[in-house]
Amino acid sequence: MDIDLISNILYAMVRTGTPLLLIALGELVCEKSGVLNLGQEGMVLMGAVAGFVAALLTGSLMLGFLLAIAAGIAMSLLFGFIALGLNANQVATGLALTIFGTGLSAFIGSDFVGKPITGLEPFALPLLSEIPLLGKMLFSQDMIVYLSFFLFAAVYWFFRSSRPGLIVKAVGENPHAANAIGLPVIRTRYLAVMFGGAMAGLAGGYLSIAYTPLWAENMSAGRGWIALALVVFASWKVERVLLGAWLFGLASILHLVFQGLGFSISSNLLATLPYVATILVLVLLSRNQVRARLLAPMSLGKPFHASS
Amino acid sequence: MIKLEPRGQHSKLMAWLSPVFAGVLTLISGAILFALLGQDPLEALHTLLIMPVSDIYGLAELCVKAAPILLCAIGLSVVFKAKVWNIGAEGQLLMGGLIGSACALALIDAEGFWVLPAVLLAGMVGGALWAGLAAWLKTSFNANEILTTIMLNYIALNLLIWAVHGPLKDPDGFNFPESAMFSDSALIPTLIDGTRIHFGMLFALLAVVVVWVLLSRSFLGFQIKVLGLDASAARLAGFREKRLVWIALLISGALAGLAGVGEVAGPLGQLVPSISPGYGYAAIIVAFLGRLHPVGILLATLLMALIYMGGEMAQINLGLPVALTGLFQGMLLFYLLACDVLINFRIRIPALSTPATDKLAANQEAAN
Repeated sequence: MDIDLISNILYAMVRTGTPLLLIALGELVCEKSGVLNLGQEGMVLMGAVAGFVAALLTGSLMLGFLLAIAAGIAMSLLFGFIALGLNANQVATGLALTIFGTGLSAFIGSDFVGKPITGLEPFALPLLSEIPLLGKMLFSQDMIVYLSFFLFAAVYWFFRSSRPGLIVKAVGENPHAANAIGLPVIRTRYLAVMFGGAMAGLAGGYLSIAYTPLWAENMSAGRGWIALALVVFASWKVERVLLGAWLFGLASILHLVFQGLGFSISSNLLATLPYVATILVLVLLSRNQVRARLLAPMSLGKPFHASS
Repeated sequence: MIKLEPRGQHSKLMAWLSPVFAGVLTLISGAILFALLGQDPLEALHTLLIMPVSDIYGLAELCVKAAPILLCAIGLSVVFKAKVWNIGAEGQLLMGGLIGSACALALIDAEGFWVLPAVLLAGMVGGALWAGLAAWLKTSFNANEILTTIMLNYIALNLLIWAVHGPLKDPDGFNFPESAMFSDSALIPTLIDGTRIHFGMLFALLAVVVVWVLLSRSFLGFQIKVLGLDASAARLAGFREKRLVWIALLISGALAGLAGVGEVAGPLGQLVPSISPGYGYAAIIVAFLGRLHPVGILLATLLMALIYMGGEMAQINLGLPVALTGLFQGMLLFYLLACDVLINFRIRIPALSTPATDKLAANQEAAN
C-alpha cells in the first residue's frame, strides 16, 4: 500500500465517521443527563430531508444546515414532551420517534428523491493540508467536518471543566438528589435532549447536503442506531466517542478498501460489516455486567417525577 | 396550567381506552393533514379507510396484509411480556423468507404433499435462528437486545439482497434480482378462488390461539409473565431466567419466520428483494396498541393492515405518496404513548380545584 492510498483511506474514514461522531456526541450529552433517546434514527432522517429540501429550494447550503438542525430540535422536543413532560417510557417513545421520523421524512421527501444539488465542497486549509498522511485526513475536509472537531472539543471541555456539565452529570446520576439541592432536573434534561436533536439533525443534513449529496428514503441506513451503540462502546467517555466514530467510519468504507486492493467480495456482504462490528463491540463491552452498569449514568432511562 | 397527578394504581379502563383515543386522534390529525394538502378531508379518509375494504376482493387483500403482521405481532407479545425488547421481527421475517426460499428452490423439482410443510418449517427455523442469535448475545454476553436485533435487521436485509443478486438468482431471469418461481407443491394454496387470500391467515389465527393458551393457561406462560413483571421475583422463585429469554425469543422468531416464508410461498411465489414493507416494525406498534393481548392484537392488526391498504389507495386515487402509511403508523404510536399517561396519572387543573375538591381527592387517595 502506498502512502497516497493510506492517506485517501484516512480521509474517507473521517468523512464517513463524521455523521456518527455528531449523532453520538449529541446522544452522549442526552444520556449523561439520564435520558435514553432511541429516536436518533428518526431525528437524523428528518434533519436529512429538511436540510436537503431547504438547500434545494433556496440554493443556500447554510440555510439547509440550519433547517436540518431546526428539524432535529423539533423532533427532540416531541420526544421530550412525551418522555419528560408526560413521563412515558423512554424506550417506547424513542422507538416511536424513529418510526414517525422515518414515515414523515419519506412523506416530505417523496417529491425530491433523486433530485441533484451541488453539495458542500471540501476546503483545504493552506499549509496544514500539506502535512504528509494526516494533512488530507484532518485539514482537507469540508466545513462540517471541521465543525465536528470543534464540537468534540466543546463537549469534552463541557464535561471536564464546566459547571453546567457538572449539573448535567448530577441530574443523570441521581435526579432526586439533584432536585433536592434545587437543580432543575426536567429543564436540564430538556436542554440535553434538544442538544441531541440538534446534533442528529446536523448529522442528517451532513448526509444529504455534503456526504451523498441527495435525498433517498431511509438514507441514514441505521447510523442513528450505530451511534447509540457507539456511546456504549465509548463507555460514556467523550474522547472514546471520537475514536469509535472514526473506527466505525473505517468499517463502513472497508468495501472500498477491499475493492481497491483487488479482492472480489460481494458488496452486499461487505455492507453488513458496520452492523456486525456494532454487535461485536456490544458483546465485548457488555460481557462484564458489573462494569457495564458502573459506567452508565445511574438513572439512564428512568423517568423522573418530582413527587415520587 | 394542567398538572399530572399519580393515580396510585393502574387504571384498567384507561389501558383499553387509550388505544381508542389514539386511533381517534390519529384520524383527526389525518383529516387536518389532508385539508392542508388541499384534499377534502372526509373524502380522503373515506378513500383511505373505507374504500379498500368495500368489496370481497378488498377484504381478501386485507387478510393477505394482516397475516404477516398478525404472526409477527403475536410473537412479539410473548417476548414483550417477558420485557425482552425484540425489535428484530423485521429481520426474523426476512430470514424466514430467505431460508424458506432456499429450501423451496432446492426442492423445485420435488413433488408431493411434504414439500410445503418442509418449506414452511425451513422458514420458521430461519426466523428462530435469527432470534436465537439475539438470545445468545443477550444471555451469554449481556448485549442489549434492542441494539443487537436492530443490527440483525440490517444484516438480514443485506443478506437477502446478496442472495437475490447471487446464489438464489433465477438463472433464466434476464439478470433481474429475483429467484425462480417456486414449484406448485411449494406454494400455499389460496382459500377463495380469484383472490390472493391463502392459508397463511389461518396459520396466523392458529398462532393467536396457541399463544393465548400459552400465556394464560400454561406454567411456561406464567413464568414468562413473572419474569417480565419482576425479574428478581422470578429468580427468587427459581425460574431459569436465561432459558425463558431463549424460549420467548425463539417463539417470536419462529412466528416472524413463518410470516416471511408465508409471503414468499404465498402471494409472491418467489424471493424478491422487497418481501416486506416494514411488517416487522408495524408489528411492534400493533403489539403495543393491542396491549399484548391476543384479541387486542387481532383488532390492531386489522387496523394496521387497513392503513397499509389505505396508503396504496391514497397513492392511486389521490396521488399522495405511499409513505403516508409510515406517517400514520408513527402518529398512532405517538398518540398511544401520550394517551397511556392517563393509565398511571390523572389530569388536574389546579385553577379549578377548591379546598373541597382537594379534600375529595385526598379521601379518594386514602380509599385506594
